[in-house]
Amino acid sequence: MSALALRRWLVASTIACTLCAAQAAGTLTVCTESSPEGFDMAQYELSVTNDAAGISLYDQLVLFAPGSTRVMPGLAERWDISNDGLVYTLYLRKGVKFHTTPWFKPTRDFNADDVMFSINRMNDKSHPAHAAAKNGFVYWEGMSMRSLIKSLVKVDDMTVRFTLTRPEAPFLANLAIQSIGSVVSAEYAAQLQKAGQLERLNTEPVGTGPFVFKSYQKDAVIRYAANTAYWGGAPKIDTLIFAITLDPNVRVQRLKAGECLVGVGMKTEQAHAFDQDSRLTMVRNTPLQTNYLALNAKHKYLSDKRFRQALWLALDKKTFIASVYGGIATAAASFLPPSMWGYDGQLPERRDPEQAKALVQASGYDGSELTLFARVGGASDAKRAAEVLQADWARIGVKIRVQMMEIGELYKRTGKGDHDMALLAWVSDNGDPDNFLTPNLACAAVEGGGNKSQWCDKTFDGLIDTARKIADVKQRTELYVKAQRVVYDEVPVIPLVSPVQMTAMNKRVQGFTPNPFGNSDFRSVSVSP
Amino acid sequence: MLGFILKRLALVVPTFIGITLLAFSLIHLIPGDPVQVMAGERRLDPAFHAEVLHRLGLDRPLWEQYGSYLWKSLHLDLGESFVTHEAVWSEFLKLFPATVELSVCALFLAVVVGLLAGVIAAIKRGSVLDHGVMGLSLTGFSMPIFWWGLLLIMFCSVYMREWAPAWALPVSGRLALEFDIAPRTGFMLIDAWLSGEEGVFRSALSHLVLPSIVLGTIPLAVIARMTRSSMLEVLREDYVRTAKAKGLSPARVVFVHALRNALVPVITVIGLQVGTLLAGAVLTETIFSWPGIGKWLIDAISRRDYPVVQGGILIIATLVIVVNLLVDLMYGLVNPRIRHAK
Repeated sequence: MSALALRRWLVASTIACTLCAAQAAGTLTVCTESSPEGFDMAQYELSVTNDAAGISLYDQLVLFAPGSTRVMPGLAERWDISNDGLVYTLYLRKGVKFHTTPWFKPTRDFNADDVMFSINRMNDKSHPAHAAAKNGFVYWEGMSMRSLIKSLVKVDDMTVRFTLTRPEAPFLANLAIQSIGSVVSAEYAAQLQKAGQLERLNTEPVGTGPFVFKSYQKDAVIRYAANTAYWGGAPKIDTLIFAITLDPNVRVQRLKAGECLVGVGMKTEQAHAFDQDSRLTMVRNTPLQTNYLALNAKHKYLSDKRFRQALWLALDKKTFIASVYGGIATAAASFLPPSMWGYDGQLPERRDPEQAKALVQASGYDGSELTLFARVGGASDAKRAAEVLQADWARIGVKIRVQMMEIGELYKRTGKGDHDMALLAWVSDNGDPDNFLTPNLACAAVEGGGNKSQWCDKTFDGLIDTARKIADVKQRTELYVKAQRVVYDEVPVIPLVSPVQMTAMNKRVQGFTPNPFGNSDFRSVSVSP
Repeated sequence: MLGFILKRLALVVPTFIGITLLAFSLIHLIPGDPVQVMAGERRLDPAFHAEVLHRLGLDRPLWEQYGSYLWKSLHLDLGESFVTHEAVWSEFLKLFPATVELSVCALFLAVVVGLLAGVIAAIKRGSVLDHGVMGLSLTGFSMPIFWWGLLLIMFCSVYMREWAPAWALPVSGRLALEFDIAPRTGFMLIDAWLSGEEGVFRSALSHLVLPSIVLGTIPLAVIARMTRSSMLEVLREDYVRTAKAKGLSPARVVFVHALRNALVPVITVIGLQVGTLLAGAVLTETIFSWPGIGKWLIDAISRRDYPVVQGGILIIATLVIVVNLLVDLMYGLVNPRIRHAK
């Protein structure tokens, strides 16, 4: 979708939503998985916090189009990018109102000061609001934004200019990430700073988003009212309630009893029960996630490409998906998920146990035991997954010892290269292919510990490096297709599956668009009586 | 009596230190640190990682961290949550009334029904009723809480909604979501009563039924069995035979003469059930989305929120110690032979 088309879509949806607002009514109750960590989105990254704060309360300079990874205008209504890809000038939307709450009454509309405050408090360690964010800005740091942004300048009240240290095509997509791009009110922050209570940004939030925060009872319920002055048109519901319900089975029962109209984070094995219910439905969505095996290419046998290929050829993914995901997942051949632009759909799935045996023999493997690290807990049963893989490899004579560990330990040890193989998952931050390939497979990521395969290939590195500096999506797609083929041939990772995300819904709920980032956006949802 | 109290108090000190050591060691034994958990799969710049660890005081040697935790605990300072940055005490006090409300209702149910069932089983010893009551109590004692909870939800909330909607109970939570009352005391029944809004108190009461049954089932079973065996012993005593011979009514013999003495071991068991209730609350609160300290601790463990886990365990353990101490003292009051024993 071109920038013009996006603008048209936005204007049309704004008009449409304004008309809908006249009929707005109803309460949407959502059963969520756990409490948000807080309401100052910049300090957190969990999906539950994103649903409760990042998407509901705040807007970003650019937004992800509904159900897509493409960016569209948000609080910035348009932008210019310099030819060298280093300067981004953003023109801000006029007439955007901050929420009016019992703790803050805005006296002015959104402007460049709010952008300056929101970015500078994360980027500048000496900024007064930096230290007030007691959790720090983990996502900002994790995405290395400080080293990317050379300067941010307020050109005028409605224009800001970012200058980067290097061309970075995914920059705009990074600004659409809720933990990075959520804009808070500088006027509200100044009021809090004067009272010496800046930390209240985290408990009494004020944003420009589609819903206004009303109240939060820890571990129980969060209440919102529709923002009737929302620049994108008032939401179609007038009250949004998040009922915090930890246990997935209880979420099912609450949906059946009608206590909740939407249930997020449902399990795949629950899908069939919903398919037989006349009042409920399970919305299936393929998020930007790949569950994969990282093969430590520095290991004695795994350094041999033939041995790595043999491990892939031995796998029976059909049985794997049936055993681990109840049959609801898609076998992956590329490291990129199918819902991401740049995905190479031409890569064929591989399975040939006989060829696998021959390759193992050719590699000189002496039958010694290899370790497979897997995490305890998580959305899917990693232990069962490891055991299915173990059985497949035993058939070609490769011995595996499964070591289960807690997630923090898994990241720490795989980062140091203690493993032979590790069962991992990666979820996209910004919908850009670079965010999948660079942190996990670039040569520079070996030293940093992000590249769990410890694999470094100069051809691959050259392709992703060039792609990162180009703005044109078509050219970038061509480069990423080539990069995926290198990965397919070299096998530093074995992509296993693209999992399916489940959102349970009462059929009275209309207009829900599943989000590829695994978040839930309720601004365009309506509830029929 | 004073000596008895002092002896009991002296035992509290090593128990308290043992608990702090256990709470501290257990959470630190779980691999992974809170900063890494916050960052998820993302690689963190080692300098930033070190900076956050330093800010949280986690870069100091473990013995120093333990010493500081113990010292602050003695001054009733349990620190603040790594995640929300709210004081542990403040979070605890916000959530504890929910757990107390649930535990009191569960204990009330367990004591009333358990005592009655135990007495009936003892009187009707060897009858179908006796075997039925004891069989049920054994089943109740053996049932996993989460399974029992889900079963009750399915029948009393979901199926009942189709069979007899007026009798259907809510699945979970403390109050129907359409009601939004301001918390005053933290006890939903009281807050609902004070709100004066129509239907709120009834809603709060109906939300308490299933979690109270689930949480109260194990203590009920234990109390019923203990009451039965204690009653059987007492009913064989000479003074009971004398009371019967004097022509007292069976109800007076059982409830006035026999039950009072049979209660002595039962009271100890009821005291011990406070620990069981608080431990059971962790699961019950999870199943019924009950915002109490059980749910709070589970979240804190998964997020490696050390101050909350350490503080939470310490407060709960202290409460159990205090309740057991009170039970010991009550035991002395009920049975003067213990109070005066040398």
